[in-house]
Order: sequence, then structure tokens, then C-alpha cells
Amino acid sequence: MTPELERILLKVQKPARYTGGEYNEVIKDKQDVDIRMAFCFPDTYEIGMSNLGLQILYGAINEEPGMWCERCFAPWGDMEQEMRAAGIPLYALESGDPIGEFDAIGFSLGYEMAFTSVLNMLDLAGVPVRSADRHQLTPLVFAGGTSCINPEPMADFIDLFVLGEGEELDIQVLKLLREAKREGWSKKDFLRRAMEIPGVYVPGAYTPVYGEDGTLAAVEREAGAPERVTKRIIEDLDTAYFPTKCVIPSTEIVHDRVVLEVMRGCVRGCRFCQAGFAYRPVRRHGTEFLLEKARAALENSGYEEITLSSLSTSDFKGLPQLADGLLSWCEPRKISLSLPSLRADNFSMSLMERVQKVRKSGLTFAPEAGSQRLRDVINKNVTEEALLNSCRIAFEGGWNTLKLYFMLGLPTETDEDVVAIARLAEQVLHTWRQYASNKSRGVKITVSTSMFVPKPHTPFQWESQVDVEEYLRRVRLLRESITSRSIVYNWHEPHVSLIEAALSRGDRRVGGVIEEVWKNGGRLDSWTDYFSMDRWLEAFAECGLSPEFYALRRRGNDELFPWDVIDVGVTKKYLAREREEAYAGRVTPDCRVKCMGCGANRLLERRSCDE
Amino acid sequence: MSRLLFRKTGRAKFISHLDLMRTMQRIFIRAGLKVRHTEGFNPHPYMNFALPLSVGTESECELMDFELTEAADPDAIPALLNRVSPEGIEALKVYDSARKFKEIKWLDIEARLFYDNKTREAERLREFFAAPAIVMEKKTKRSVSDTDIVPLISALQVTDLTDGLALISARLAAQDPGLSPAQLISALEQRAPELAPDHAAFRRIEVYDKDMVLFR
Repeated sequence: MTPELERILLKVQKPARYTGGEYNEVIKDKQDVDIRMAFCFPDTYEIGMSNLGLQILYGAINEEPGMWCERCFAPWGDMEQEMRAAGIPLYALESGDPIGEFDAIGFSLGYEMAFTSVLNMLDLAGVPVRSADRHQLTPLVFAGGTSCINPEPMADFIDLFVLGEGEELDIQVLKLLREAKREGWSKKDFLRRAMEIPGVYVPGAYTPVYGEDGTLAAVEREAGAPERVTKRIIEDLDTAYFPTKCVIPSTEIVHDRVVLEVMRGCVRGCRFCQAGFAYRPVRRHGTEFLLEKARAALENSGYEEITLSSLSTSDFKGLPQLADGLLSWCEPRKISLSLPSLRADNFSMSLMERVQKVRKSGLTFAPEAGSQRLRDVINKNVTEEALLNSCRIAFEGGWNTLKLYFMLGLPTETDEDVVAIARLAEQVLHTWRQYASNKSRGVKITVSTSMFVPKPHTPFQWESQVDVEEYLRRVRLLRESITSRSIVYNWHEPHVSLIEAALSRGDRRVGGVIEEVWKNGGRLDSWTDYFSMDRWLEAFAECGLSPEFYALRRRGNDELFPWDVIDVGVTKKYLAREREEAYAGRVTPDCRVKCMGCGANRLLERRSCDE
Repeated sequence: MSRLLFRKTGRAKFISHLDLMRTMQRIFIRAGLKVRHTEGFNPHPYMNFALPLSVGTESECELMDFELTEAADPDAIPALLNRVSPEGIEALKVYDSARKFKEIKWLDIEARLFYDNKTREAERLREFFAAPAIVMEKKTKRSVSDTDIVPLISALQVTDLTDGLALISARLAAQDPGLSPAQLISALEQRAPELAPDHAAFRRIEVYDKDMVLFR
């Protein structure tokens, strides 16, 4: 650590975020390394270190001889200010070396509100933010992660996108970069070769053409650029890298526990859920495999909590055996097991009773919509009866804190659907009155609503978002409909959701808006401390664009989308069909009941879905 | 009760007290050492630290009490811990002790004072600290009061290490009331701002009881 850095660390909040030196961090001898990569997470240390993708890719890349992957996070404002004042460029935590000198800078783009931080981190590193202004081969600036399934808003800043699961793909790209360095290729030569790797999207090889109405008319592409880029997946999860020696922070982070990923993809197909479509096909780990990895991860971490991670853990076929196996190992060691993403409909009494033996925390259910009609529209296949039954089991078991999550502004939503949320919460309260095992402690039911954000690669990708005023009207309606003091109502601020909607379905021109916002001080936009609606509106206006065009506009059936260049497996045709089913109020059964032909199975070469 | 003597230096000096407790719990679990948990609604491992250390201050002499549920050879424990510790946290010794942390009275500290545009300040620093009384404002949670810090300084030496870097080695009151090395710098800022350094780094060296006998 340089004396300059040491000096400023004494002036900032939570300096342990900026030092590195944690247990299990990977240190390599620079003499044995010919590819250095900075894994950049465009949010704070506490958020980034909680990200399973980071821990997986960090471990996988560092298993490669000659490659050293280090971590880098967005500094909080006080730290950024001190760094800029002291002339300290953004550095990687392991070595403390400036990332601007690295061969590759890889960003994890999980959510749109982190986009401005990407630009800010590049700038802090002394790296030009626009790809076109970076003429050398290195540092190569690339990005992956969920929000890259519409890469266009960030296309001007990123040299290359890696789509889908990165365990193999990232290493392939880095190996090609190694060859390029050795052979002295130009950046252009390298990118041309990189386009040949399945899953790589080089935005510079594509030029969007817009029609008079502002929508995308066509996309011109260079010779050699594939018409569509198909995301990559790991076909057999048990053969891929699985993290059991994670970096253990010396300071508190958001998810301070072992995260055990049990499956990828989701059989359910909730029509609003981007992850549910984008992460298909469904693949799972073996139960024995998971038990062995869980023990190793716990022993290597010292954590006293383990959580099972997936989009819908109830749908993991080996759940009873896995939970039994984990609990019998964890209980004597005072390690608690948490099971998020449980569905209200197949919530198992015996499982819950076993889990609560160690420690009891609050329960969360996400019915998403208040009425059965609207739940059918969004294909959230949970009935009121099933939900109340789950609540009854929970209350009988001694739980007295329950959270219910909903969205407002879903397609076809009426005032009746909004009021139905209040009715449902009252039913839950009534269930508590009837069945609670210990009423003297009271009950707290929290209802939360967020504003629905239509996302690319979902059946609602054509849909309009409701505007802010309408959302707030529905919030008021719901608030007035909730009468019991045992029910607490929280609603999410809608402005961020509007911008999120504009970014998630944005085209390449939105990149100019992101750059403008950043230039005017925007960064860490997922934090209310930093988000400024005025700054975003001014930037849209400055670029001659409006967030409404992207967020509120209902798209034509045949509209060419900026993200159509990306093939996530599920076809546009299937999504259109699902949209029709939504309007008809018809549910689609989960993949295990019947294969509906979404198209994701095309990504599998040797196996079938859900094997 | 078992007592651990450990160092906290280098990058680990930025780990806060609260985070150190968590980190130490995890070190023990990774080392396969089961620490006795507290009783009660939300049991947590029983670990008791002497004199919480400020963020940014290094130490050669941190003490922590704990109790294992299964007997282990104390001499073997430091190596077990060090294999699974983050950089900068280093176990030195484990032994049984019945002495209470309350008995700690004095602390040897080192303070490095960095001056960007000055050289050779040791003589003037010595003069400042040799005054019969140094009254400074001490802020507590409730009030601001004037305190003479001289009775809280048992010994103090100043040497110039290089141009622009002076070293204060001092024995300061540890608690009830104590004087932290950072307060030496505050005293300079209040009473002799021209002597205040641009940057200072602190390190705890040793702990003593009221009779100036090494506390263990």
C-alpha cells in the first residue's frame, strides 16, 4: 500500500472496503502471469462481494495458469473525492496496482442503474470511457451479466460483451487476448477474431439505423459479424468451476454467508421475470455434489449461515434430501440454513420446521399481484388458497413477521386488482388471528409494491410502463384500502423504475444519455444518496431523447428491438405467444408439466432440459 | 479463561473493532476450534477484547479472551489460527489468565508524524510535550471539557527519523481515563497548530498494569 493511499484511507468511511488483504484472496507472482484482469463491479464493495457471479468467475479465472484476476469496486463518494484529489487512480484490491495498466477490465453488469458507475470507474482508472477513444489492444474493456442481454445502451463504452454464463467464455476471450498480445495484433484484429467465439458480441461491428419514428429500422454489420449472438451456457453444471474458497470479507457485506447455487434457470415462466426466461434452460447440480461443496465452502469460510440460491429453490428436485443432509451437518455446528425463493404453493411444513430449529427469521412471499385474474395474466401460478395455507403453516409454526411483495402497473391492471392486494393482506392477517400459535407477540405484515419494469426478452417486452403519476395514484388507492394497523405498506420510489425501464429497453443512443449523466456527476445511481431524476431528465433532453419513448411506449408487434441481436435461447415468437396468453388470462403450465417449446433447449447439445 | 495475544498490522489495521470480532469468530471456526457460545435468545461466540483499537492504528499487543468447548493445546493454537487468518492478523501466543482487563493501566505507543513541508521538528515537539501542563478540549458524548493531559503521559520521547518524519514513543494512560495517540495530535492541533503533522500513523507496542509490569 502506498503512503498516499494509506493517508486517504484514514479520512474515509469504512476503509476496510478499499484495502484488500482478505482471507482467500488470490495473490500471484507477477513473473508467472501474462494476463492480468480486473474484475470490476460497478457498485460498492458490500454489494459486489455479495455477488455470486463475481466469486465464481474470480475463482475460475484464477485457476488458469498465467492469469491473475483481481477485484475492483466502485468507491463511495468520499473515497472517490480523496482519490481524485490525491491523484490516485483506481486500483485492484489484491495488488494495489492501477487497473488502467491491466490487460483486461471486465465489468459485471447485473442491473441498469450501475451503468453510470462503469463510466466513472473507467475514468477513475484513467481509461477513456468510449471504446472508439481506446486505440490500443489493452486494456480491453469487456462486460457480461444479466443486463447485457440488451447490450445496446452500453455499446459505445464496451469493446466486447460476453453473453450468458462466463465460466468458459471469459477464459476463452482472455486466452485469445493472450495470443493477441504475443502476436502483436491490433485491437481491431483482436475484435475481429473474438467475434468468432460463440457468445461474444462486438458492438463496434454493428451500426444501428433508425427510422423516422425513432424506432430501430435496421442494423448494418461488418463482414464476419454474426447476425445474432447466442448466449453461452454451461451444459453440465457439476463439471464447471464451483466456488468453495470464496474471498471472505473482513468487513460486513450485504450477504455475509455461504451462497450455494443449486440450479440455473426456472421452470415457471412468470411473464414479467427476465431471469426466468434469460437463464433457461433449466439445469441442476447433483445433490451429493452440493452437499460436498457446501461442507467445503463452510469449512473454508467460517460462516455460520448458508443459503440456497436459485430462481425458485422449491423447484429443485433434490430439495428434501439436500435440506436434510445440510441440516444434519449444520445443526451440531450451529450453522443456520436459509431458504429464500421458496414458493408459497409448495412450501413444505416439515422443511420449515426443520429449518427453524437453528434460527427463525422473517418470511417473505411474492404473490406479485393481488387478484387471481392478474396473477393468471402474469403467469404467477400461486392461488390465494395456497398462499393462505402457507401462511397458516407459518403462523402455526410461530412466525409472526411476514413480508408480501407486489408489483403495481402490470399489464391489464385495474383498480380492482390494486384493491385486491389490500384484501389479500387482510386475509393473511385473518389467517394469523385464526391460527397463530402465540398471539401475545403480535404480528407484522409488510406489503411492498414496486413499479413494474417491462424487460427485454420477456413476454412483456412490448408493453408500456405506467407513468409515475399513475403509479402514485395506485399507491394512494392501495394505501387507502389498507385499514389494519398490523399491515405496514411500503412502496418503492417510481422515478428510478422509470429510468430503469428506459435503460433496460434502450437503444444505442441512450449511451449518450448515460455519458451525459455521468459527466454531470451521476454515479452509484442505484443509491438514493446519488440518484437524481433531474439529472437524468436533463441528460435525456440534452440528447434529444425522452425516457417516455423507451419506458412508456407500447411497441408494435413487428418492431425490431435493439436486443434482437442477442439470442438467449427463448425465441421472440414464443414470447409473442406468451403475451397473447397473458391477454387471454391463460396460464402456461411449468416446464415439467408440459414443454411449451420456448426454444431454450436448442442451447443444449448433449442433454435435455432439467436433467 | 484462555487469552490470545495477537498483532494487527498492515492492511488489517483498517478493520474496525466490530468487524474484527466477526473476523475473529470466523478465524476460529476455520481453524476448527469451537468457541463457547453465550446463553440466551441469540447465542453468539463468547470473545472479549481488551481496549478496542481505533481504525487505522496498528498493534503488537492485542488481547482477546475466549473459551473453547473442547480442550486444546494452547501452544498449538496460534499456528492453527495463523493458517486461516487474513493478512495482518497474527496470533502470537495463547495462555491461561485470570487477570482482568480492567487492570491494564498504561500503553506504550508509537506515533509517526509526517510533515509535507517541514523538517526536523523533534526538538520543538519535545519542548511542547515537556510543558508542566497541556490543557486541551476533550469532547465526550455529552459535553466538552478542558483536561490537562500531562498526568496521562508517563513518558514521552521524540526523535527525528528522517526529514519530515518524527517519531513519538510514549507511555500513555490506557483507560479510565485514557489518552489515545491520536489525542496527542489533537493537542498539537489545538495548542500548537504549527507543529501539527500533515499525517500521522499510530501503533500500540505494549500494555502494562499500574505497577508498570507487563500485562498478560
